[in-house]
Amino acid sequence: MNAALRLFRHDISLQLRNGSDLVAPIAFFVLATLMIPLGVGPEPNLLTRLAPGMIWVTALLATLLALDRMFLRDFEDGTLDLLALAPLPLELAVIAKVAAHWVTTGLPVMIVAPLLGVMMRLDAHGFLALEISLALGTPALSVIGAFGAAVTLGARRGGALLAVLVLPLYIPILIFATSAVSAAGEGLSPQPHLLLLAAFFVAGIALVPFAAAAALRNALE
Amino acid sequence: MTTARVPLLHRYANPAAFGRLAGRIMPWSAGATVILLALGIYFALFDSPPDYQQGDSVRIMYVHVPAAILSELVYGAMALAAAAGIIWKHALADLFVKAAAPLGAIFTLICLVAGSLWGKPMWGAWWVWDARLTSELVLFFLYLGYIALVDAFDDPQRGLRAGSILVLVGVVDLPVIKFSVDWWNTLHQPASLITLSGPKIYASMMVPLTLMILGFIAFFVTVVILRLESELLARRIRAWRTAAADE
Repeated sequence: MNAALRLFRHDISLQLRNGSDLVAPIAFFVLATLMIPLGVGPEPNLLTRLAPGMIWVTALLATLLALDRMFLRDFEDGTLDLLALAPLPLELAVIAKVAAHWVTTGLPVMIVAPLLGVMMRLDAHGFLALEISLALGTPALSVIGAFGAAVTLGARRGGALLAVLVLPLYIPILIFATSAVSAAGEGLSPQPHLLLLAAFFVAGIALVPFAAAAALRNALE
Repeated sequence: MTTARVPLLHRYANPAAFGRLAGRIMPWSAGATVILLALGIYFALFDSPPDYQQGDSVRIMYVHVPAAILSELVYGAMALAAAAGIIWKHALADLFVKAAAPLGAIFTLICLVAGSLWGKPMWGAWWVWDARLTSELVLFFLYLGYIALVDAFDDPQRGLRAGSILVLVGVVDLPVIKFSVDWWNTLHQPASLITLSGPKIYASMMVPLTLMILGFIAFFVTVVILRLESELLARRIRAWRTAAADE
């Protein structure tokens, strides 16, 4: 557990020192979302209807940006071999990496999302649901993404392939998250959708690291 | 001979033993494909009644439903083989997954296209964002993702293993497709073939449908054996090439 924490802190400090790594996903998230009113026109009712889906789609794409680097650097310089040999279970190492990825992408997305909600004229009742859905959904995206990053490790054209593999697996999270925000915006209870999202989050964190670790072992063989 | 002591699962990991078995199955499955599909198409097009509401367009069902069943069945078989490949390092299991994937992708595509052609006259739309359709589309992308992933590795063995892990993760989509019509209130009709109270289709439509489903299965078995044998040959050629290059 201690080793996992140290790995987590190590990853975070690496990301923080390389400032552009941290800024790029957020800049993408904000810019991509701001393209939408420019594209479809600034009509307030239309934006209110589009806001939950659009914010979520761009958030999802933003988490995709940093994924291919999750294991790549460690794979190339041999750190990953040492991690696999260490007494720390590889599954826990994956969780530490996922946590670091979430802190540097999911968390900033959560912080910026309300601002974008205002600019996209998200309904006032939708904000809380948006934050809760992002809090539950983005860690699930990170862990599924970690699986994608692990399974494409060592493959040619890994980046594009990663998106193709991971996006279909992202679909349920997108569906339930946007349903929750839309329901809240229409004055209905977002709770059933959020509970399903919570189930995805819990199942994802519990099960996906095993698949990711198996993929990492395959890449290191 | 000590082969009798080898468990059944592992006996056919030996390519030669598999080749003998395949040679025995092949003529039968190929013959069954031709006969079943010929009979099935005859009954489906000429000797089954038009639907009282849908008229003749119901005949699309005889392609759409078998393709849909096969798209799930093939993925299920791939998932079992992938598990066998990962757990027992079964040499042929990973190859089976690779051999079956393009077939599954094509069955899924046939299912989607036939469904779309059927949807236009019946629902008035080529495509609706309904849970059954969406989850079947996800299945199509899972097949494509698998094919792209296996292809992207320079070391074929590593690609096969990575693909098998992906297939096992994607298996969560199968129950979603199956139960999507029960969990959500969808435009797509609920199950009428396999239900607790027995099939809800009249015998005159059930017969051609069953023939077509069995014909599709026989077709899959035949082609997957062909593809497996050619994969094994390709592997042997690769081994010879490396051996020749080393000399």
